[in-house]
Amino acid sequence: MSTELNLTLKVWRQAGPDAPGSFDTIKAEGINDEMSFLEMLDIVNERLISDGKEAIVFDHDCREGICGTCSLMINGQAHGPQKGTATCQLHMRKFHDGQEIVIEPWRATAFPIVKDLMVDRSAFDRIVEAGGFITAETGGANDANLIPIPKPVADSAMDAAACIGCGACVAACPNSAANLFTSAKVSHLNLLPQGQAERYSRVEAMVDTMEDFFGSCTNHGECQEACPKEISIDFIALMNKDYLASKFKNRRFLSRK
Amino acid sequence: MELNSKIPEGPIADKWTNYKFDRKLVNPANRRKYDIIVVGTGLAGGAAAATLGEQGYNVKAFTFHDSPRRAHSIAAQGGINAAKNYKGDGDSIYRLFYDTVKGGDFRAREANVYRLAEESVNIIDQATAQGVPFAREYGGLLDNRSFGGAQVSRTFYARGQTGQQLLLGVYQQLARQIGLGNVSLYNRTELIDVVVVDGEAAGIVVRDLLTGQVQSHSAHAVVLATGGYSNVFFLSTNAMNCNVTAAWRAHRRGAAFANPCYTQIHPTCIPQSDEFQSKLTLMSESLRNDGRIWAPKSPDDNRPADQIPEADRDYYLERRYPSFGNLAPRDVASRAALVEVSKGKGVGPLKNGVYLDFSDAINRLGEHTIEERYGNLFEMYERITDESPYKVPMRIYPAPHYTMGGLWVDYELMTTVPGLYATGEANFSDHGANRLGASALMQGLADGYFVLPNTISNYLAPKLGSTPIPTDHPEFQAAEAAAKSRFDGYLAIGGTRSPDAFHHELGKIMLEQCGMERTKEGLTQALADIPVLHEEFKKDLRVTGDGESTNQTLEKAGRIDDFFELAQAMCLDALTREESCGGHFRAEHQTDEGEAERDDEHFAHVAAWEWTGDAGKPNRHTEPLTFDNVHLAVRSYK
Repeated sequence: MSTELNLTLKVWRQAGPDAPGSFDTIKAEGINDEMSFLEMLDIVNERLISDGKEAIVFDHDCREGICGTCSLMINGQAHGPQKGTATCQLHMRKFHDGQEIVIEPWRATAFPIVKDLMVDRSAFDRIVEAGGFITAETGGANDANLIPIPKPVADSAMDAAACIGCGACVAACPNSAANLFTSAKVSHLNLLPQGQAERYSRVEAMVDTMEDFFGSCTNHGECQEACPKEISIDFIALMNKDYLASKFKNRRFLSRK
Repeated sequence: MELNSKIPEGPIADKWTNYKFDRKLVNPANRRKYDIIVVGTGLAGGAAAATLGEQGYNVKAFTFHDSPRRAHSIAAQGGINAAKNYKGDGDSIYRLFYDTVKGGDFRAREANVYRLAEESVNIIDQATAQGVPFAREYGGLLDNRSFGGAQVSRTFYARGQTGQQLLLGVYQQLARQIGLGNVSLYNRTELIDVVVVDGEAAGIVVRDLLTGQVQSHSAHAVVLATGGYSNVFFLSTNAMNCNVTAAWRAHRRGAAFANPCYTQIHPTCIPQSDEFQSKLTLMSESLRNDGRIWAPKSPDDNRPADQIPEADRDYYLERRYPSFGNLAPRDVASRAALVEVSKGKGVGPLKNGVYLDFSDAINRLGEHTIEERYGNLFEMYERITDESPYKVPMRIYPAPHYTMGGLWVDYELMTTVPGLYATGEANFSDHGANRLGASALMQGLADGYFVLPNTISNYLAPKLGSTPIPTDHPEFQAAEAAAKSRFDGYLAIGGTRSPDAFHHELGKIMLEQCGMERTKEGLTQALADIPVLHEEFKKDLRVTGDGESTNQTLEKAGRIDDFFELAQAMCLDALTREESCGGHFRAEHQTDEGEAERDDEHFAHVAAWEWTGDAGKPNRHTEPLTFDNVHLAVRSYK
């Protein structure tokens, strides 16, 4: 059976990218613990509007934990206290009556604040544009069953491909590094036979672009703890191995084992 | 208004091939002389933008998301159909075509559906080449599962995240084109009007969601791939930001809107738990491969599921439809659940669900196999409900999910406005009155990768040497001014109720009167209530904040304003269609057994509505449907 919570929210409010920001203390009373965290914010926003105040801006969309639009540092944790869960799938039953909840945007220089809790994550798109694809233009594909892919390989590529691009890894990292995000895409494609032709040029271009925006990885492992899809930092090791190889492999002889 | 479907001559199996040969081409060196606008970057829009970019056109792609990777295609779980016949169980292009026409309750255009089935096999090849990690068997070949409305195994999948993986495939191809400079991306930018000059699409007016700035873009052709309108119901499985605005604004500028009453209520969603709920969560149809649906035989049975013995359970789908059983098509399964719940046999605290039970499958296959197949779905269910489907049956109930209706398009995917195209869920063309599971991904990608990039040259070729209409043309200026005053107007009302409050109320009317079961009386009532509520919206809306920075309340206001007008078209269409077919069930038209009763004599046609300036009085036009290959028959899944 559901119970009601009375909460105190401390929410980061910031009018625009260059405006100064500060915490707003907002009472959230009579919150049903069956609600999701974002439904709680919806209610808070409805109350703000009815008081004539501006609603809190936050990114969200599918509310099924798959689009990666939602973010939020909740009491200092990216996506809040539940492991393997994006903010939109977090429910209020994980909080207790009388609790103070601090809500902040992702904190990273590469993710400038747009307004309130919304940030700009387009640096991720730049990394993918640099090489996060297999060049396979529409029309010329072979029959899909022509290249058998061992199940463990396909599974492992899928584990990496599960990344939703939310940016929690960057927000959780003390260095604001994007190595988990980048390595997930590199590994998804570099593990597959279809991705071999561009394996070394891909990793080089993606890592170099990543370094234009983000800090360096020092193996803290905070990223995998925060990741709502629980992507493993093993992929960072795979990426580093390929990146290193990209620096000395003679690509003219790649087809020779 | 003339509805010329432009279906090519010849036998069904040759139409698409003949068309591709007969169409006009633009030679590769001339393609860079054309500008094309693509609105929406999901499967249909992203695939079209990427492919047109690859071909050499100048493409401008627009999305209201921060990145194309967020489009709602990403949420599709179960899979994508393709007539590969890798299982050797008798599948073929013709069978997929047949199943889809029948599944759509004989209200789709045969030629379009056949083309879809033909392209389905290319999609799997294309996606695999891009690195989409489809599920594989131990031998390394692709695995398949079964979906509703089919008796063969033709659904390809990537765990429970097929939509995500296909969308990321599209996104990566699009990102490559953006990196190469062939596609310019405008993110966090929302379409607010379509501009037509001399009867042809000239461009669009957009609003920058970060600055509120209104701007025009012109091109030789405009493609709308802006998804469906299930959010008119307020509660649906759609993402929060899905809306009808792009399609509706195109409609107001002359594009006919076809079959708005064909909406799909998906049978397996998590039941609503309370009033505050913001959206409903879908549980993939693939679960019906191994889950058995049942309700207690007696409405007074309040025992927990595991204490209800077999004898007191009613596996009603298996009982009513023995040959398809739990894999009956969506419309049939949804209505059957409605019947059980309205008899008072619903389960759960609000008695608003039925059971989807995996205990037999777990006993037969072991928990590990079930986890491998549906692990992430079970986790999602548990996160939301705090119950583990490994231990207690899931509770499910139908929820608005997909809209088969949409902008009317001809065989080339062109709307009634020349140069304006609609692809994916935004158009009406392939699913008739009911979409089969795992067919939305198929249609979005077929349109985006293979159909539109082949048909658009037929319109563009004669325009060689022309330049797009400049955006200082009076039509653009007038559209910009109207858009600005529309958004300033929402801010100026200064009433008492938020956009969400109105949306909630509109959704309630729609779900009650134009949901799973519709009646003449209810629809007439809705048609009286909606304009009244819309008038209140115009007088009593409250939008706080301003129009010069990100304002999600203001964004919502614009979208809901358009939902009000669409809602009237839906009810009017449902009222006029005096038959039951697919997702459109009129209580007056049913057999003694409660099955949908079609009226082929009077309604074997597409209803396309023309905007007249009055949302309550659009003009109805019809495109007759002929069935030369799949013979009209009572759809039976018994």
